[in-house]
Amino acid sequence: MSDQAAELLRQWVMAQAGEHADWVSQSLETIAKGGPERDLHIFLGLAPRKLGKADLNLSDEDLKAADQARSGWSPEGWSVDGAARVLALLKSAGNRAFSDRFKDLRRTADMAELIAFYRGLPLYPDPETLHFEVGEGLRSNIRAVFEAIAHNNPYPRDHFDEHRWNHMILKALFVDSQLTPILGLRERANPELARILVDYAQERWAAGRPVTDELWIPVKPFRNDPSIKTALDEALASGKLTEEVLL
Amino acid sequence: MMLIDPHAHMISRTTDDYQAMAAAGVVALIEPAFWIGQPRTFVGTYVDYLSSIVGWERFRAGQFGIRHYCTVGLNSKEANNEELAEGVMEWLPRFALKEGVVAIGEIGYDEQTPLEDKYFRLQLELSKELNLPVMVHTPHRDKKRGTSRSMDVCEEMGVDPSMVIIDHNNEETVAETLQRGYWAGFSIYPSTKMGNARMVELLKQYGSERIIVDSACDWGISDCLGVAKTAQLALESGIDQETIRRVCYQNALDAYGQSGQMNEEDWLNPPAIDQRTVYEGNSILRGGREPRIEAPGERRAGQLLIE
Repeated sequence: MSDQAAELLRQWVMAQAGEHADWVSQSLETIAKGGPERDLHIFLGLAPRKLGKADLNLSDEDLKAADQARSGWSPEGWSVDGAARVLALLKSAGNRAFSDRFKDLRRTADMAELIAFYRGLPLYPDPETLHFEVGEGLRSNIRAVFEAIAHNNPYPRDHFDEHRWNHMILKALFVDSQLTPILGLRERANPELARILVDYAQERWAAGRPVTDELWIPVKPFRNDPSIKTALDEALASGKLTEEVLL
Repeated sequence: MMLIDPHAHMISRTTDDYQAMAAAGVVALIEPAFWIGQPRTFVGTYVDYLSSIVGWERFRAGQFGIRHYCTVGLNSKEANNEELAEGVMEWLPRFALKEGVVAIGEIGYDEQTPLEDKYFRLQLELSKELNLPVMVHTPHRDKKRGTSRSMDVCEEMGVDPSMVIIDHNNEETVAETLQRGYWAGFSIYPSTKMGNARMVELLKQYGSERIIVDSACDWGISDCLGVAKTAQLALESGIDQETIRRVCYQNALDAYGQSGQMNEEDWLNPPAIDQRTVYEGNSILRGGREPRIEAPGERRAGQLLIE
């Protein structure tokens, strides 16, 4: 699965690598042989310097191929240096477990690296070993880092337990992020999340702040649960909420 | 007028300061790694500090429409803790190639001890290896000798003066700094370093070549509008616009731009991915309003409602 994804990334990066195409292939070859991790660090550092930060040029076919390689994976909005960095991670071989190496890179990462590393989550080996690292990213106050995990990324849908899932949705609301780009927003709706979201909406109303319509998407399936129904009926009666957002 | 503050320790400053700097026309700033007022006693806290200025602080500045760059290095005070210094030196190369790192700095002398000398030289070596500019902090005590010595050592180590910014100059050090071919930084910092009226006199005497104005604002009594207020005072004193543009913008860009990590395009025409993720854009550049200088007190007291 990740071999196919790596091959796609390689094609896309090479297509935009220009005069640095040889540098990319040679560096990747060295990294894949499992030499010193310093080689990987240098490649990660030089990637934006050599390749620039332009968006990947992706066709509809490319996007389709990505989804086939890893269900739910969308490289839309990835930059060429970010793609090269994820590719290097996928190709790198070392004596330490992938999660240890990931942790080491994450600790000293700059923002662009953090965004790239977390966008690559659905493609890495042993996804269940990365939970701590993902938690660190979710706790980031840098919205773009949080969104690298939360948005257009199938990892949360496929690997988060209910508690972490619910708190990711809630944090997205707190940092003014959108909910609709979260994959699995409907499938992973659950009664506990619905309760949390209704509480949150009531807090917002009490403070005189608006509530985004997106919030109701994961609440709707539970609108007839007794406690939720009572809260929603009150909000409808007082005009804070309209029927149409619940449809 | 677009301004650059090439020496500002924003990790010690508030959101008010960022707003004031953006409103005054600051489009970019450089945060040198420094002593945070209290010695660090673990290598790990130093590493996390470097991570903060490379990542978090860069993000914070972007929210206010200011492009943030930094320098990484082991400062002269903490160079005297050998155990810490050895640890930091091991991590430095990992940080030197991060996005937005424009120099090794601020490095140099504090008390001019043998350990300070040792780590100054090791970091000059690193700057040569990575082809990065160097920001040199000149000592507050025994300044004249310390400044000359800093330049002597740069030359001994084979570092090209055009790659070195000698910072915190004053009337007593500027002539030698310029004559030897270095960039001369001036920190407009009340009481201890340079005042802006004195700075205007220096501009009259020395012109604009290789002179760079910064605020060096930090955790002490200092002014994040040091560059803006100097530009304003210089303008009112009849200094020509081009001189002001050079010392408050262009020279810093030319000196630190040698890293390849700082380009005018970063704020005038940022890459799409940055616009979507980490840089909110600058209202001055969007033609939103005229640059203005406000004191922190006015900013706070004038706004009664907190919503």
